Amino acid sequence: MSIKETLSKGFIKENPVFILLLGLCPTLGVTTSAINGLGMGLATAFVLIMSNLVVSIIKNQIPNKVRIPSFIVIIASFVTIVDLVMNAYVPALHEQLGLFIPLIVVNCVVLGRAEAFASKNTVFNSIIDGLGMGIGFTFALTLLGAVREILGSGAFFGLSVPIYPIDEGGSPVTMLVFVLAPGAFIGLGYLISIMNRISKS
Amino acid sequence: MEILTIIILAVFVNNIVLAQFLGICPFIGVSKKIDTAVGMGGAVLFVMTLATLVTYMIRYYVLQPYGLEFLQTISFILVIAALVQMVEIILKKLSPTLFQALGIFLPLITTNCAVLGVAILTINGNYSLVGGVVYAIANAIGFGLALIIFAGIREHLDLMEVPKGMRGVPISFIVAGILALAFMGFSGIV
Repeated sequence: MSIKETLSKGFIKENPVFILLLGLCPTLGVTTSAINGLGMGLATAFVLIMSNLVVSIIKNQIPNKVRIPSFIVIIASFVTIVDLVMNAYVPALHEQLGLFIPLIVVNCVVLGRAEAFASKNTVFNSIIDGLGMGIGFTFALTLLGAVREILGSGAFFGLSVPIYPIDEGGSPVTMLVFVLAPGAFIGLGYLISIMNRISKS
Repeated sequence: MEILTIIILAVFVNNIVLAQFLGICPFIGVSKKIDTAVGMGGAVLFVMTLATLVTYMIRYYVLQPYGLEFLQTISFILVIAALVQMVEIILKKLSPTLFQALGIFLPLITTNCAVLGVAILTINGNYSLVGGVVYAIANAIGFGLALIIFAGIREHLDLMEVPKGMRGVPISFIVAGILALAFMGFSGIV
């Protein structure tokens, strides 16, 4: 497979969220706004690339029987790094994402790529694969975050979108349900349906 | 009274699946039949309670005295993975019938973020040991409840005429959204 193919397959054709349905918990949990989706996506992408890198380097040293626990330790180490760095430099975003940062450890996308790709491929290809999947995951989260933010709070990356009628108090009348829990399920349901259509045509 | 509040909050108001978005993968994956949903709910109840008990002790009796809190994520996931393996081995030996019922779900639970999530939430919430265990049990019941209701709806959904583009996963998410909307009605009762 060429570099371009490896890099772009995560975008639509093998998108981890919309097509493979992996890593759904953070997808639903943090996407109340586009910026949260982007932050979570980038944090996961970093862990994905670094764990793919390390797994592909030491794949021949790991005995086959203990490979899953070894992968989990590698992933958990990078998650701890991300957790501490975000807490130090972007505390506001860290607060918003909260529980879902340590939960990157159990994100099936990360372990899935380590097991299915990095443990069988060269170092360079594994980095490219991590990058491609990371971009696809970030794209999915940012898209869902943007849709929910526009519909639910009438804004896009914090900038207000003036398409809603204004009530007596002067605030826009938006579909508030989209920033609440049910909106996450409903929004993702429609996006998956649209993506299925696009990837098939 | 405090215990009752913890239970009602965890089962209904802040339902782990429908309000906190933990354990979505099994929620979508093993909710096609009520029987399997009950099995998965039972397995989660078992593992979640044990895992929270053990991780609570590790956090407060091992990590904290030595100032090693930053190792929380790594140690918790390793403990949970080892625990699931151990439960599987012990159950196979002691109660083959229970193992038959829960067996296939146990390996799936290691990657169920609800288990690690509740372990971390228990630490973040500053619960006492008893409070933490009650919290874990209540969350597991909340998970089982959401899963069984959802499985019941999906069994009926098979007989419905769904628009072509929405069949399968998309309609399941819409149904989950409506279920979450229903659970929002519980907010404010405590």
